[in-house]
Amino acid sequence: VLHSEASAEEPVGSTALSVKVWRGGPDGGRLQTFEIPTSANQTVLDAISLIQRQKEPSLAYRFSCRVGMCGSCAMTVNGVPRWTCRTLVSAVNHGGTLEIRPLRNLPIIRDLVTDMTPFFERWTATTLPSGSAAADAAPGLEDRIIAPPKRSGANASEADGVDRTTSPAQPAPEYAPPPALSNATLEDPDRRAANEATECINCGVCYAACDVVAADRDYIGPAALNRAWAAWNDHRRPDHKAIEDAVTRTGGCHTCHTHGACAAACPIGLNPSSGIAGLKRETSRSTLRGIWNLGLSFAGSERSAQGGSR
Amino acid sequence: MTANEFLLQRLSAVVMAPLVVMHLLTIILAVQGGLSGEEILERTRGNWLMGTLYATFVIAAAVHTGIGLANILAEWAGMARQSARIVGHAFGGLLLVLGLRAVWAVL
Repeated sequence: VLHSEASAEEPVGSTALSVKVWRGGPDGGRLQTFEIPTSANQTVLDAISLIQRQKEPSLAYRFSCRVGMCGSCAMTVNGVPRWTCRTLVSAVNHGGTLEIRPLRNLPIIRDLVTDMTPFFERWTATTLPSGSAAADAAPGLEDRIIAPPKRSGANASEADGVDRTTSPAQPAPEYAPPPALSNATLEDPDRRAANEATECINCGVCYAACDVVAADRDYIGPAALNRAWAAWNDHRRPDHKAIEDAVTRTGGCHTCHTHGACAAACPIGLNPSSGIAGLKRETSRSTLRGIWNLGLSFAGSERSAQGGSR
Repeated sequence: MTANEFLLQRLSAVVMAPLVVMHLLTIILAVQGGLSGEEILERTRGNWLMGTLYATFVIAAAVHTGIGLANILAEWAGMARQSARIVGHAFGGLLLVLGLRAVWAVL
């Protein structure tokens, strides 16, 4: 965690900090320099807020919780994507200067505000950029993996929207939880893998850090695949086929080059690279199993054809 | 890259790895005594084991190169994925034809 890198000993209001902030819009922009005082435990977000409140009211930036929960305030700080609310200035300023730019790989709306739509489209959808016919036709990961099982019959309407993971309500007669649900424990390796992947706060830092996202417009990125890996390991959602379909298309998990930039940049220490490697491993096994079964069924049909001709 | 392309890329690499070693050892050992072209051909003519191994090598290299080149063209040259596949596999096909022809020529 970045904030732990900082020294506890910091000068209060004594040192000037030179902050270069990117100003502009979708058509381009430039760096504008501000001189501000430093303070104890000053975060990068504090520095930007100080500039906006005292020096440049028109500066656009995005934040919400300020405690590393919401994932709104990610920006590029001295060339590295970071969550600014939990990044201490003292940990990242080099020679008393900061350079703050919007997140990479996302369209810029204004100044430090990026349009997160492509990130969330990929996070919830499958493999293709929005607007394409294939993407519009393809059901998203949200619908295909996370949605609770559809129920039919008299209880169908009241079942909609019920979160079965937390609700102690009696299950409808036609719905029986898979046995794995009752068997899953916190010590279960699959459960631990799912837990880790669900900690993502959707800040977009991994997406901005990924060179493959920058190079390949089809790639859905580490956050979406990390989410798919969580679903894969979730005992309550055993529909591996749907996940496999979603992550094995062009732009899916096999596009990852395993650079590990996502894991290095993730502010909460998740390792999407590891999850993507897991998806590659499991989908490769499944493909090989499919080929093997195809061979077996072919051999079986040959045998039965020979038996029938006798 | 799709799941099938990923798998083929890895499997072709697995096939090629020992064959690269075999190829390097063969050419290093072959030139130790200063073999002439004629002497090499004497050893390769009718050697079906060598022919099979090198034909396998050529097929694996053609598959591996086709997929890899398509990926490079899509990611580095910004080519549309489908166009990159066509160019990549066309080049792989060229390698396949030239390679198998070369193997056949010394067999």
